[in-house]
Amino acid sequence: MDVRPRELAPISLTVNGNVHELEVEPRWLLCDVLRHQLGLTGTHVGCEHGVCGCCTVLIDGRPARSCLMFAVTADGADIRTVEGLARGDGKLHPLQTAFRRHHGLQCGFCTPGFLMAALPIYRRAGALSDDELREALGGQLCRCTGYVGIVAAVRAAAEIEAGDSAP
Amino acid sequence: MKPAPFAYHRPRTREEVDGLLAEFGGEAKILAGGQSLIPILNMRLAAPAHVIDINGLADELVEPALLGGTVTIGPLVRHAAAEGSQLTATALPLLAQALAYVAHPAIRSRGTVVGSIAHADPAAELPAAFAALEGEARVRSARGSRSIAAPDLFVSHLETSLEEDEWIEEVRLPVQGVRGSAVEEFARRHGDYALCGVVALAEPRAGSRIVLALAYIGMGPAPVRLELPELTASDVAGDALEDAVRTLAHEQLEPEDDIHASARYRRWLAERLGVRAARRAAGALEKH
Ligand SMILES: Cc1cc2nc3c(=O)[nH]c(=O)nc-3n(C[C@H](O)[C@H](O)[C@H](O)COP(=O)(O)OP(=O)(O)OC[C@H]3O[C@@H](n4cnc5c(N)ncnc54)[C@H](O)[C@@H]3O)c2cc1C
Ligand code: FES
Ligand code: FES
Repeated sequence: MDVRPRELAPISLTVNGNVHELEVEPRWLLCDVLRHQLGLTGTHVGCEHGVCGCCTVLIDGRPARSCLMFAVTADGADIRTVEGLARGDGKLHPLQTAFRRHHGLQCGFCTPGFLMAALPIYRRAGALSDDELREALGGQLCRCTGYVGIVAAVRAAAEIEAGDSAP
Repeated sequence: MKPAPFAYHRPRTREEVDGLLAEFGGEAKILAGGQSLIPILNMRLAAPAHVIDINGLADELVEPALLGGTVTIGPLVRHAAAEGSQLTATALPLLAQALAYVAHPAIRSRGTVVGSIAHADPAAELPAAFAALEGEARVRSARGSRSIAAPDLFVSHLETSLEEDEWIEEVRLPVQGVRGSAVEEFARRHGDYALCGVVALAEPRAGSRIVLALAYIGMGPAPVRLELPELTASDVAGDALEDAVRTLAHEQLEPEDDIHASARYRRWLAERLGVRAARRAAGALEKH
C-alpha cells in the first residue's frame, strides 16, 4: 500500500465486535479516529506521547496506546474500547462495578485507560502480589483518586463477576 | 500535537523495504512498534516525508528463534513476545531481565526489540544488553547485506552507523550458556528511563576466576561493553570488586548533568549499581 500525503486510505477496523470500513489519512492516530470518526469518545487523550495511559485500548487482546499507533497500521485489527465493557442493557462490567464500589475514580479522566489495562489481568489478580499488580498497572497515571482504591477495585472485580454469574 | 503529513508505504516483503529506502533513503523513516517514533512525530520533533510501515511484512517470525548457537530476533518481534518466550528464558535470561525494565505492558505489547536497538537511545536497556552480549545486527539494503557488531553499530546518542538506505533485518545474540547475568537500575518512577542502570555478565574462567563485563545505561553517548580485570569469587565478595568498579566508573563513564540528576550523583549510582549487578551476575554463576 502506498498513500500520498493528505490522501485518504481505506481501512477496516473491528471495534467492540462491529466492523467499520473507514477512510483515513495515514498520519491520523488511532485514538483520534476512534473519537472523531467513530464517535467513541470514551477513549481519552492526555499526553499524546505514551506516558499517561488514558488512551489505552486492547488491540488484538493486548493493551496498547492508541495515541502511539496510526489507524492505518491498525487496518484489520480487532480493537476493544471502554464502550465495549458495559452490556447493551446498560449493566456495568464487573470491573466497572468494582471501580465504583472501591472508589477507583474521581474525575474519571484516567478511568477508561485503567479499565482497559486491567481487563486482561483482573481474573488472575488473586494470584498476583501487590507489587506485581501495581507493576501491571504502572503505565497508567491518575492525578486525583490515588492508586489504593484502583488496586482494590482490580482485586475485587473477579469476585464481583463470580457473584454476578451465580445462580 | 499531531504528526505532519507524510507519504505512507506499507511493504509486504523485505525486498520492497530495500527498494523504498533506495528511493527515499534520507527522507524516510521506518515505522516498527512506533513507541519511540510516533511520540517524536506527534511532537513534530521530526517530519519525515516518507514513513515505511514494516508492520505489514508477511511471513515474519513474531518470536525469537534459535539458529545454531545464536538467538535471532526479527524486525517484528515485540518486547512482550521476547519477554514471554521460552527460548529467551532458557538461552538469554539477560534479555528477559532487561526487558522487564522497559516501559510498561501497554508499550511492550507494540515496541520491538530491533526497533529499540535501531533507535540507539543510550538511556534504553536493550542497546546495553546487546552491547554486553556482543550481539550483531544484520543490516540490509538494495546493495546487499552485512553484519555490524555492537561496538561499531552505536555511534552516539540516537545515532547508528547505518547508511541512509540500510535497515536492520534482524538482531543476533549469542546464547548465554553458563554465563550469569543481572540488571540493576535506579529510576524516579517505575518504567521511566533510569537515571543510571547497568547490565552485568559473569563468565567463568579456569582456576575459578571470573570475568565480569558491564554495560551501562544512561551513562554516556552510547552503551559500551566494559570488562573488569579477572577476579576470584572472594574478590567479587570483597573490596577488590568495589575498587575495580570505582576505577571503571571514574575512568570510562561520561555521565551528564540534567534536571533529573547531577553527573556526580549518577557516577555514585554507577558505582553502587555496578557492584550490585556484578555480585548478582557472579552469584547466578555459582548456581550452575
Ligand atoms: C512511555 C514510554 C516509556 C518508555 N520507556 C522505555 C524504557 O524505560 N526503556 C526503553 O528501553 N524504552 C522505553 N520506551 C521505548 C520503547 O522501548 C520503544 O519500543 C523502542 O525504543 C523502539 O522500538 P519501536 O519498535 O517502537 O520502534 P519505532 O518507534 O517504530 O522506531 C524507533 C526508531 O528506530 C527506527 N527503526 C525501527 N525499526 C528499525 C529497523 N528494523 N531498521 C532500522 N531502523 C529501524 C525507526 O525509523 C525510528 O527511528 C518507552 C516508550 C514510551 C512511549
Ligand atoms: S494520550 Fe496516549 S498515553 Fe497519554
Ligand atoms: S480519577 Fe481523575 S485522573 Fe484518575
